[in-house]
Amino acid sequence: MYIVKRLLTMLLTIWVITTLTFVVMHAIPGDPFASDSDVLPEEVLNNMRAKFNLDQPLPVQYVLYLKNLASFDLGPSIESETRDVNTLIAEGLPASALLGFQALVIAIVFGMALGIIASLFHNRTIDYGAMAVAILGISIPSFILAPLLIKFFAVKWGMLPVASWGTWQHTILPSVALAAGPLAIIARFTRSSMLEVLKQNYMKTADAKGLGTAGIIVKHGIRNAVIPVISFMGPLVAHLLTGTFVIEKIFAIPGLGKYFVDSIFNRDYPVILGTTIFFSVVLIVTLFLIDLSYRLIDPRIKLTSRGD
Amino acid sequence: MLEKASQDTLFRPLQKDRMRNDDIKRPSVSQAKESIRRVVKNKLALTGAIILLFILIFALFGPKMVPYSYSDQSLADGNLPPGAKHWFGTDDLGRDMWARTWYGARISLTIGVAAALIDLVIGLLVGGISGYMAGRGRIGDRVDSLLMRLVEILYSIPYLLVVILLLVVMKPGLWTIIIALSITGWVSMARVVRGQILQIKQQEFVSAAQKLGTSHSTIIFNHLFPNMLGIIIVNLTFTIPQAIFAEAFLSFIGLGVQAPIASWGTMANDALGVILSGQWWRLFFPGFLISLTMFAFNVFGDGLQDALDPHHTKD
Repeated sequence: MYIVKRLLTMLLTIWVITTLTFVVMHAIPGDPFASDSDVLPEEVLNNMRAKFNLDQPLPVQYVLYLKNLASFDLGPSIESETRDVNTLIAEGLPASALLGFQALVIAIVFGMALGIIASLFHNRTIDYGAMAVAILGISIPSFILAPLLIKFFAVKWGMLPVASWGTWQHTILPSVALAAGPLAIIARFTRSSMLEVLKQNYMKTADAKGLGTAGIIVKHGIRNAVIPVISFMGPLVAHLLTGTFVIEKIFAIPGLGKYFVDSIFNRDYPVILGTTIFFSVVLIVTLFLIDLSYRLIDPRIKLTSRGD
Repeated sequence: MLEKASQDTLFRPLQKDRMRNDDIKRPSVSQAKESIRRVVKNKLALTGAIILLFILIFALFGPKMVPYSYSDQSLADGNLPPGAKHWFGTDDLGRDMWARTWYGARISLTIGVAAALIDLVIGLLVGGISGYMAGRGRIGDRVDSLLMRLVEILYSIPYLLVVILLLVVMKPGLWTIIIALSITGWVSMARVVRGQILQIKQQEFVSAAQKLGTSHSTIIFNHLFPNMLGIIIVNLTFTIPQAIFAEAFLSFIGLGVQAPIASWGTMANDALGVILSGQWWRLFFPGFLISLTMFAFNVFGDGLQDALDPHHTKD
């Protein structure tokens, strides 16, 4: 019952986003071919408008777009004649997905490790050091960190390639730059929730039963401390999605984020529209999966439709 | 006999002023004063506040301290490293980096504060109405759930995507960015305000006021708002840097303020092409100041949160 209701809400949200995006995109005066109108004859322009359905009245265009969307067709690109939006996404997604996935893993693994270590050495030098790293990670934006990483690791020490995409070595610097901010936030979340958990009675019970320190921390500590970290997953995925825009731009990675930024520059409306919807859907589905995973990790949490 | 004597000599009646020893000894301190004292005691938070003050002072007076304006070009003086004439060096067009950096600080701070204030007003309004109407009959619950549905949907749309979309179609400019940032930015403030109101209005002093026949507006302005003030201020110290960051991010992908206006984001973006050729000052000054501002707001906000909310202990 809960899942059905959530699925309906998801569909509603996606529809709202689509409609909103469509209205915003078509609220602009002129059309994408306005700049070509001096060089091309009127007949050619009309042909092109007809090709992209721009000669139809707006409601018709809207219905056509929704219809195509329902069959997962995001329409043609105005800038590129040979590739439509679906192809662009298919081409850009592997690089972006790999980048995002690696950043996600780095952020979660190192963030949680840093937070757990800090909490175990509460108010000692290691704790302060870890939190200093975390505050730095939060303060330095990725688009400042990335050039710094290039400057030192690629140019000065020549350890890794400067930019572009190809071998696995190419993915290291962008993944680290993308992961730094979320890593710091996860470290802070983990630390404060671990500190809370370490005070609980069941930790003493586990200790009294004779369970080893490692066992206590893994079985009782982390499992209970992980909930606040999971609730950060939604914003984290959103952060990584938008983060790829600048990271892929800086490292010249042929991914979805770079296509998106390029399409903004070219004012390629179908591509902007299509990628926005695609990003939103990815995020909404992720939020849904996160909500489901709460239940798996902590059976005490009941899923209800009223979130707060 | 002995007992009587000892009673007379050993036990004397207390002096008048010492009989009141259950009076509160500590002079009463207002919550605002107490909070300020706690922030000052927190060294890191105090550091953050002082850094912010310095950035503000330099944003106000920095551009006037040099004889160049942020847009003065002098191609002969292009790409000079920091020195006596140009304290922060110059960019490829020979524009003074000191003037540009502090002018950019003005732009960034204006956008951050203005967007956060708009978020605050809308968030207070929506969150306040929603929280106050909840549990007030069928109509009240309807209003609450309608507003919260709206908030939920807006909340699940990626923030920066909406902003990017709006900036693509709106005329570029300072106010466009501020409006685009606050169009969905108020959502988290509304959630915080609603949660606070739901919590506070169940407390005894509110129901006492209601029983005494206090009007709605008096309850809202005299009882609810003062009790939420702390959390609202803390939330502001987190939304301002978020807006500053968003502006820098947008400027970086080319959607921010337009040339020749400088902001930290556009300066960092301009510097990207020259980072490999060794002109470190082009990236260092704007980058360092964005990071410093983020750092200052974060530690100050954390300290303020601890100071204003005694229940919230972060250890």
